[in-house]
Amino acid sequence: MIESGAKEKLIQVVGRENYDDTQAGRLVYSYDASPQFQAMPDAVVAPRNKAEVQAIVKLCNEYRIPVVPRGSGSNLCAGTCPVEGGIVLVFKHMNRILEIDEENLTVTVEPGVITLDMIKAVEAKGLFYPPDPSSMKISTIGGNINENSGGLRGLKYGVTRDYVLALEAVLASGEVIRTGGKLAKDVAGYDLTRLLVGSEGTLAILTEATLKLVPMPETKKTMLALYQDIEACAQTVSDIIANRIIPATLEFLDQPTLQAVEAFAHIGLPTNVKAVLLIEQDGPQEVVERDIEKIAEICRKQHAVDVKVAASPEHAEALMTARRSALSALARLKPTTILEDATVPRSEVAKMVVAINEIAEKYGLHIGTFGHAGDGNLHPTCLADIRDQDEMERVEKAFAEIFQKAIELGGTITGEHGVGRAKAPYLEWKLGETGIGVMNAIKNALDPNHILNPGKVFAKETDRVVMEK
Amino acid sequence: MITAEQQKEIQQKFRERMDEDQLLNCMRCGFCLPSCPTYIESGFKESHSPRGRIALMKAVVDGIIEPDEDVERSLDLCLGCRACESVCPSGVQYGHLLEEARDIIQQSKKKKQSLPVKVLRKAVFEELFPHQNRMRALTGLIGFYQRSGLQKAAHATGALKLLPKNLSSMEKVLPKIPKWKEMKQRPEHLMPKAEVKKRVAFFTGCLMDTMFMETNDATLKLLQLAGCEVVIPQDQACCGALHGHGGEKEMAKDLARRNIKAFEDLRADYIITNAGGCGAYLIDYGHLLKDDPEWAERAAAFSSKIKDISAILVELGFHKRKLSLPHQVVTYQDSCHLRNVMKTSSAPRLLIGAIENVEFREMKEADHCCGSAGIYNIVESEMSMQILDHKMENAKATHATTIVTANPGCLLQMKLGIERAGLSGKVRAVHIADLLIEAMGEKTPV
Repeated sequence: MIESGAKEKLIQVVGRENYDDTQAGRLVYSYDASPQFQAMPDAVVAPRNKAEVQAIVKLCNEYRIPVVPRGSGSNLCAGTCPVEGGIVLVFKHMNRILEIDEENLTVTVEPGVITLDMIKAVEAKGLFYPPDPSSMKISTIGGNINENSGGLRGLKYGVTRDYVLALEAVLASGEVIRTGGKLAKDVAGYDLTRLLVGSEGTLAILTEATLKLVPMPETKKTMLALYQDIEACAQTVSDIIANRIIPATLEFLDQPTLQAVEAFAHIGLPTNVKAVLLIEQDGPQEVVERDIEKIAEICRKQHAVDVKVAASPEHAEALMTARRSALSALARLKPTTILEDATVPRSEVAKMVVAINEIAEKYGLHIGTFGHAGDGNLHPTCLADIRDQDEMERVEKAFAEIFQKAIELGGTITGEHGVGRAKAPYLEWKLGETGIGVMNAIKNALDPNHILNPGKVFAKETDRVVMEK
Repeated sequence: MITAEQQKEIQQKFRERMDEDQLLNCMRCGFCLPSCPTYIESGFKESHSPRGRIALMKAVVDGIIEPDEDVERSLDLCLGCRACESVCPSGVQYGHLLEEARDIIQQSKKKKQSLPVKVLRKAVFEELFPHQNRMRALTGLIGFYQRSGLQKAAHATGALKLLPKNLSSMEKVLPKIPKWKEMKQRPEHLMPKAEVKKRVAFFTGCLMDTMFMETNDATLKLLQLAGCEVVIPQDQACCGALHGHGGEKEMAKDLARRNIKAFEDLRADYIITNAGGCGAYLIDYGHLLKDDPEWAERAAAFSSKIKDISAILVELGFHKRKLSLPHQVVTYQDSCHLRNVMKTSSAPRLLIGAIENVEFREMKEADHCCGSAGIYNIVESEMSMQILDHKMENAKATHATTIVTANPGCLLQMKLGIERAGLSGKVRAVHIADLLIEAMGEKTPV
């Protein structure tokens, strides 16, 4: 409950129409795309500008009300689930593209702008913003920055972090900080831009971002390589990279995923093979053609049963869109879909794929795997039923084992989805006690009252999972 | 107002009747958001999105919230266009969830309804739509109003200003109603002029066979020209969509049984409709009666035969014939239910594009609802008109002088939109069957 004094003041800031504490109004912001997590906020507040964000955060700090910034709620780590109540801050009004700077090749936006809308706007000017999380049709740039989202083009182009040049954010105190600039080089002080990217709303509330753009690649080509042997398929990934080719996209989809996606998309994906690689290369035409040819050769050497190049740009786009629907499509098979994004060095992808299948078998679980194989970033997706407690316990154990294996192989517990609430209990496995200590120190310095997205990233003592040795 | 007692009853019924698998099947990815007209027009309110509505239904089942007015409001404001289903990778059957939820709330509230509401609902759902002769009589009255000079008088005296604005505009765009006698004469069996390629049964529809009788005539003529032997069973009834969407599921089931019976022994290859809204409801009979052991199988067999006029015409190669019109730019507004439920969206475009001298221009967001949605434009007129005005901007941008639709509700709504956009006389809205007959150089037979 928000005490009435605070409520009246919040309404004064944003107007009655932008403050909602009805039962239904709160319920629809009690979740995000992460299964198993739901908690009611006390109110939903929609600021219209930076000054309002400042006033809200200041009030919340004074009254010790948790603030959870939320874009479209498409994250997969329970990052925007208000686990400790408080207010959910929605950015539906702050969704403007402020400037596309064609001299400096940057775009400046408010946090609520939809990723794809921005991508389309810059592409209309012949510019390219590569990070393309699968949810880009609905996700917001603010959400992408807070989660440091990846996407299908991460292998060659990197992730959101690599494109954020400058940020404006409101601190827990209500003060505004501006970091970075439209600068190719800038070493003035700590890199606070990078600190805020991926901070999951726990350090500050973003109000503006300037992003780097690159010229549109001249051309691109997309292909599918089909396999009856999953290991050979995974090995191809390492082989392509080892052959000094960096495709824009190098995605892996196993048979269960292919079947689910085809059932939704109807675009003629092969469903009778064990796995496929979806590969895209972009750049100057001669380079693209040479690379695609070389990749095809490598695929065949690894016994790909077939290699098909998309006949038209439309077909290529359909393939990429179908891949982006993979997670949600898998959800049609069972009531509960739990996915993780354990990530390993590229050279270890084949080992990780094998390990995932062994773990699935050990716990009697149905796991479909797809993901950004070229980045070593896999998405093992467990198809379960939340009503089956025994199964859910096995899921928990299986994922713990997958995380452990990933770390053993030099990897991480999450490549691009974030820690949020869902992976907080495992974070120490990756960072160690000292790492957590440093993060704690930063958190306490910037948000001493822990009002910014509390309950995320840092596990409570009781939630910590101890790694089995 | 929903009383505490009603809330309890609704919650209980939600637990008993809502399909929990479907509710869980929504993994809340949000891919549906950009497809939802009410989410967009409400300024991105999650409670007016499919994901939000499913979450509300689930929360009522789970007992996290009570089914209060806000929950009902959220469900009421849904157009039921089912665009979210087409883009849902998880395949959530949103339409079925919505219909069940509305029926539970409506049936519970019914007991406490005020007398005028009760009388009106009974009159429309029980006394009017299920009875084709009464539909004819009522439509006949409108026809009398139009022909007798009453309409002119009403316009001249300004009497219509007494009606809410969109109702009075609606009055202006009603088609010319056929005479009562004409509506009663409908042959039961038609043979094609040449070789019989298919034997089909025709679902006339209650509004289509009264207010839009010319379009039905055109449809029958097209079927004959395409090589269909057509059977038109006389004892068919209203499809029940209006009842189903309005929280009167039991009545919808009765109508479904009547229709199944009327059509099942006809040895027809297909059952043809020319109204996306009806077709989508007919194709769902299998679901509607799935728990009725006597009818489930028969309903599924019925549903499997449903086909839209545009789809059968394409199947029979009608688009390869010579079709020609004077030069014009044409655009097409999807019927949501034809597109999202009957999965028919390319056939109408193919047919229009096949007409000589016609320049087909795709409208931006042609797949977004026009706001007609059954009786939505009357009961939720504010949202409906907001959606319509937005739609007309997109229509205008194509510079089309002909807007084609495939459902009577959409057709009336587009006519209303033309009126509201000040395009009367410059732009026309027509049903695809009428356009094709025109392109055949045939006059609609009277």
